[in-house]
Amino acid sequence: MEILKTYKLYIGGQFPRTESGRSYQIQSESGQAIANACLGSKKDIRNAVQAARKAQAGWAAKSAFNRSQIIYRIAEMLETRKGQFIEELVLLGHSNPAAVAEVQSSIDRCIYYAGWADKYQALSSSVNPVSSPHFNFSVPEPMGVIGVVACQETALIGFISQILPLIVGGNSVVVIANTKQPLSAVTFAEVLASSDVPGGVVNILTGKVAEMLPTLAGHMDVNALSLAKIEDHLFRNAQEAAIDNLKRCQLYSLNYINPKNQGLHFITDFQEIKTTWHPIEQVASGIGGY
Amino acid sequence: MQPKYTPPELLVRLKSVPPIDQIGTHERILKIQSRSLKGPAKLHGLRLALSMIDLTTLEGKDTPSKVRQLCYKAQHLHGLSPELPTVAAVCVYPTMVGVAKKALANSSIKVAAVSTAFPSGQAPFEVKKLDTLYALEHGADEIDMVISRGHFLAGEYNYVFDEIAAIKALCGSARLKVIFETGELDSLDQVRRISDLAIAAGADFIKTSTGKIQPAATFPVVLTMLGAIKDHFDKTGQMIGMKPAGGISSAKIALQHLLLVKEVLGEAWLTNEWYRFGASSLANDLLMQYQKQLTGKYQSTAYFSID
Repeated sequence: MEILKTYKLYIGGQFPRTESGRSYQIQSESGQAIANACLGSKKDIRNAVQAARKAQAGWAAKSAFNRSQIIYRIAEMLETRKGQFIEELVLLGHSNPAAVAEVQSSIDRCIYYAGWADKYQALSSSVNPVSSPHFNFSVPEPMGVIGVVACQETALIGFISQILPLIVGGNSVVVIANTKQPLSAVTFAEVLASSDVPGGVVNILTGKVAEMLPTLAGHMDVNALSLAKIEDHLFRNAQEAAIDNLKRCQLYSLNYINPKNQGLHFITDFQEIKTTWHPIEQVASGIGGY
Repeated sequence: MQPKYTPPELLVRLKSVPPIDQIGTHERILKIQSRSLKGPAKLHGLRLALSMIDLTTLEGKDTPSKVRQLCYKAQHLHGLSPELPTVAAVCVYPTMVGVAKKALANSSIKVAAVSTAFPSGQAPFEVKKLDTLYALEHGADEIDMVISRGHFLAGEYNYVFDEIAAIKALCGSARLKVIFETGELDSLDQVRRISDLAIAAGADFIKTSTGKIQPAATFPVVLTMLGAIKDHFDKTGQMIGMKPAGGISSAKIALQHLLLVKEVLGEAWLTNEWYRFGASSLANDLLMQYQKQLTGKYQSTAYFSID
């Protein structure tokens, strides 16, 4: 008899089973059982947000160059495990060329966003003209802990395209993976665990969006939501639950295989702009300057 | 020199305190920990735990302003929930008693002072006496004294007994809590021995730790101390208070402690007259869990005061 692997959650750099003890079966397109996954619960969300909060400040405090190196490292680790990702996609019913293309695009996207780490701040900052003796400048800062519902149509590329711009910008994330095809997400967690990304920066849960999203959206310690295309009423409910702490809710409905769907604005969507007024001293009779 | 109080028969008795069954203790604790309070019972437990807190600041960097701020928090736990109780007491160093007393003048919150050369207890008896008198003169309602662990571990039980009895004699109407610093006592048998000794010497409360050393208020230690209180009550009908302190930072742990005290000692101890938590960060977690129960939403520390 074949033993099916049970894919676990990824929280705070560990691979725990769901607190609820539940699991569900992953099936291929033809309906054949290929693995088991954890059916995550509210308390898993709670634990994941706690881990994400704990990790966020330290991650944001790393130098931009170091974050770039670490994300580049993800690409390298992904490259060495390419075979496994392709195999899993084929198992789910993708054709071999389609699987190869998706994995290759995912690696490319890692390298793409690694390059942004020490550039997005410069490109989205400004010095603002003001009519008083102040040096006035605006810089982006990470929003904090971001809740993500990963793309439910693709297994790997959507997931990667959503979380990378968030962590490049110094946020930490709690991701609800693709419910029907969570294998790539959990395998990606294994990549993260071996690629210098500090535990807690990315937390990955598997299970039903309808069960976990309300808790994530209502959580007062989650600062924003990045949602892939989900049913209308789920999105509406999430927006309502997000009101109490004024979470920013972004809904994305994109074909992530297309390289057009990458870019700076995916990073700045989850940045807050901080503006500073710095007084300019008048020295002797000279004209103020800085 | 400190006066002599120790009855000779006590010294004989302490040599043969009932040995503590370590495995049994752990198993009993696991049973308690597997229970989970829900709904109204949880809300009640959270409110009760809040009312039992000795809100504590014991830092070298304490200032009068810091203590005043703590006293404000003691009286107003959360702006959005006026139905909440206040904490039981504010616990400070003797030098801050006057400030705390003034800040709490219009409330029923007690002021507790740590004493006898807290936290080490390494000072001559005369110094400990002055330390205690200073706190009492400034209005301390409760004295949290530390025992001389060195003497206790060296087997000089009469010294430790006399010291506690002497401080108790100074206290008058102020209640005396005796801190064991169980993290330094090595075994549960020792914890049981010092519990019996302190109760016999006149402690109104027995308290696990100073909060300066880990491990502090672990469940096995607390259960052992509760056992000593229970045996004393069964024998004499006299109630002794319990104060776990140090390391109780989450609502979950606090509620488990309440379950433990209810199981071992019963309802009579479920009031802040007989049970206290020594803690600084516990209050916020209890408040966050309270809000979670009310709103159904997990909370963020960003919306709760830091001190």
